[in-house]
Amino acid sequence: MTATAGTTQLLKLALRRDRVMLPAWVYVLTATAVGTAYSTKSLYDTVAARRDFALGIDRNPANLALEGRVFDANSIGAISVWKIIVTGAAMVAVMSLLLVIRHTRADEESGRLELVSAGVLGRSAALGSALLTAFTANLVLFVPAVAGLIAVGLPVAGSVVFGLCWLATGMMFAAVAALTAQATESGRTANGLALSVLGVSFLLRAFGDAAGHDGPSWLSWLSPLGWTEQLRPYAGDRWWVLVLPVAFIVVCLGAAFTLVGRRDLGAGLIPPRLGPAEAVASLSSHFALAWRLQRGVLLAWTVGFAVSGAVLGSEADSVGSLVGNSRGTQDLLRRMGGHSGMVDAFLSTAMGILALLASAYAVQAVLRLRAEETGQRAEAILATRVGRVGWASGHAAIALLGSTLLMLVGGLMAGLVHGARGGDMGTRLPHVLWSAIVQLPAVWVLAAITIALFGLVPRFVMAGWGVLAVFLLLGQLGPVLRLKQWAMDISPFTHVPKLPGAEMRFTPVVWLVVVAAALTAAGLTGFRRRDLG
Amino acid sequence: MTDAISVSGLVKTFGRTRALDGLDLTVRSGEVHGFLGPNGSGKSTTIRILLGLLRPDSGDVRLLGGDPWRDATTLHRRLAYVPGDVTLWPNLSGGEVIDLLGRLRGGNDPRRKAELLERFELDPKKKGRAYSKGNRQKVALVAALASDAELLILDEPTSGLDPLMEEVFQRCVIEERDGGRTVLLSSHILSEVEALCDRVSIIRKGRTVETGSLADLRHLTRTSIAAELASPPDGLADLPGVHTSDIDGTRVRLEVDTDRLDEVLTHLTRAGVRSLTSRPPTLEELFLRHYEDQAADR
Ligand SMILES: Nc1ncnc2c1ncn2[C@@H]1O[C@H](COP(=O)(O)OP(=O)(O)O)[C@@H](O)[C@H]1O
Ligand SMILES: [Mg+2]
Repeated sequence: MTATAGTTQLLKLALRRDRVMLPAWVYVLTATAVGTAYSTKSLYDTVAARRDFALGIDRNPANLALEGRVFDANSIGAISVWKIIVTGAAMVAVMSLLLVIRHTRADEESGRLELVSAGVLGRSAALGSALLTAFTANLVLFVPAVAGLIAVGLPVAGSVVFGLCWLATGMMFAAVAALTAQATESGRTANGLALSVLGVSFLLRAFGDAAGHDGPSWLSWLSPLGWTEQLRPYAGDRWWVLVLPVAFIVVCLGAAFTLVGRRDLGAGLIPPRLGPAEAVASLSSHFALAWRLQRGVLLAWTVGFAVSGAVLGSEADSVGSLVGNSRGTQDLLRRMGGHSGMVDAFLSTAMGILALLASAYAVQAVLRLRAEETGQRAEAILATRVGRVGWASGHAAIALLGSTLLMLVGGLMAGLVHGARGGDMGTRLPHVLWSAIVQLPAVWVLAAITIALFGLVPRFVMAGWGVLAVFLLLGQLGPVLRLKQWAMDISPFTHVPKLPGAEMRFTPVVWLVVVAAALTAAGLTGFRRRDLG
Repeated sequence: MTDAISVSGLVKTFGRTRALDGLDLTVRSGEVHGFLGPNGSGKSTTIRILLGLLRPDSGDVRLLGGDPWRDATTLHRRLAYVPGDVTLWPNLSGGEVIDLLGRLRGGNDPRRKAELLERFELDPKKKGRAYSKGNRQKVALVAALASDAELLILDEPTSGLDPLMEEVFQRCVIEERDGGRTVLLSSHILSEVEALCDRVSIIRKGRTVETGSLADLRHLTRTSIAAELASPPDGLADLPGVHTSDIDGTRVRLEVDTDRLDEVLTHLTRAGVRSLTSRPPTLEELFLRHYEDQAADR
């Protein structure tokens, strides 16, 4: 039996298992790429408009950090894909790494792999087929995305390079996941490790890009996502940069396949530690259990929010002064109420982004309920005197209070840093903190939607992510696509007062709280009435 | 004597699958009741209904005098449950799980817990994913047995245990019964139930096909024998209690009522035994035969 025997059978199985998820990813990513390119292209159809736009980006560290640089202000292609090249590549990376872990370590942990390993299956077959699955997914994404960009009217060579940006990023993070899958015994930890590599890549690139011409822009070159950007589609098409991702993939995969051949099935590189023989006295309620299961994740998110808040707070002041003096941006500046208006708008947008992230936290925290249920661990708890509503409320409370904590920490850090830079803590800190707090009802609505899905239609609880994605796209692309107001109104984030700067309006906030409470109640009632499992 | 569990005409469907189709089950207080059925016959579904985890489509269910769906949390104070498929939290140690489940149920006796850990040779310091299936099952068993619940509901609790541990388990169950507790023990292995249970209910495809004491069900317990003899036996097929014999020269296969085993073995040794294997029939074989017999009688 060779090491790779059985790879094709496993690949078929994997593609079958992912027959819904993969097309969904491909559809959303392709639609995002082509839709954004199409609408941006028609908005900036003159050279002057493009120059202005590029200049605006170049002077705005927040844009540079979040979305990256524009390498050729004259190129319509470079402008059209600027917004999605790095952010989209990060999403492709998430798709690829989740796929690989799902078909390697997660299967190994659950024992499914053992079941098939007893058949004719080589040691490397699972890893090989998982990587092939990821490769297939990336190819299936490559073709329509490139074809769509060409159809929109962008140059062929640039479109192919753009496709390669995403393909290379996807495969780099598939390779990272192949490696982290060997390191630990838990799929969850393996996912976490791979996602942190992605996070570090994003941060390195963000600092490098925002550093400007005199700063440490070489930081971008340390990051796989930086290489993606440096392929420069439509702005020089630098094919040779592909050498870096290819080398990276070869090294990671070499290490991963070496490890997989040496270790036992089920074992990781990092040996599991022993636990206590007895539970501490505080571990005596279902709420304590929920807290124990979720506290590590919440701690990691809190640190992330503290750092992001501080970074956003430190950037706020530079935004207004750096916009530049071309006529278009001056107009914009005036319309937004001068320098302080710009800063306010930046802070409000920044808190909106934090709110989307806090919603993602809330959704995944609620999803723990379903994981506990289908993993049959809920059964053991619900066969004791813990009631259903009580049990579900424990995890729901962590989702709601945890996301609240995240927004408070993010807002507090942003406010402290922003206040300290301006030497005006007394007014700036409460301003920023308020703009964070006012986002909370919208975040709770996301948690509540997921709770309602869990209670009423548990099979579709993953749609919580879909709802979040729709709200995200509405917020990001709605203004670009000039969507009708009623469509924008679907998203709770549309109703959040744009503090600081705009006027505080209590009615929409109260309504959001009411909607969140009603959905939570509906979800809990539904769960009390339905079958478990 | 009152009934700890009484179920009649229980129906439960999942989409188009009719998992329970008019099931009846009565468990008297203080008895060890075997709940026997092949895989997929509806044992776990019945137990989940008894625990209020699933809601029945129709039928009457009483558990410890209450309604398991409506009074779930109050009833749960009085029972302990070992699921068929024990999964643990990956980052909690076995000892933590035992303590937690005990506390959620209303408190475990630490001395009893220590004693059980020793008897089952379980290391409570390992984390969830480091346990094998049998060890995960032991964690759930220790948690349940260490409680002072009056009713134990055990869903195929020995499916991952090795024979030595199975014996420990059997001794524990006997002690529980002597202590006055009621036990519902589901299984798909006839011999296991034979060793422990006062009364047995046998289900098949969601219906109860037999219920009664083991003596009542004696006609169901047969032994399969395969032997290689020194010379062809004569008259073996005509002995009382011998069924479906297949004699091919010196090679013999037959099934015999377990209480007639003695005479058949004497007969075989007279012909000279070269090799012999015997095993209890599987439940599937038993059903096959049982229903063939019924069809033939008609
Ligand atoms: N949640 C469920 N959804 C659909 N079918 C189920 C579900 N639970 C059990 N079944 C079906 O009900 C039948 C009885 O299952 P179960 O009670 O688990 O049997 P046993 O425990 O006796 O092996 C099986 O056919 C099984 O496939
Ligand atoms: Mg079962």
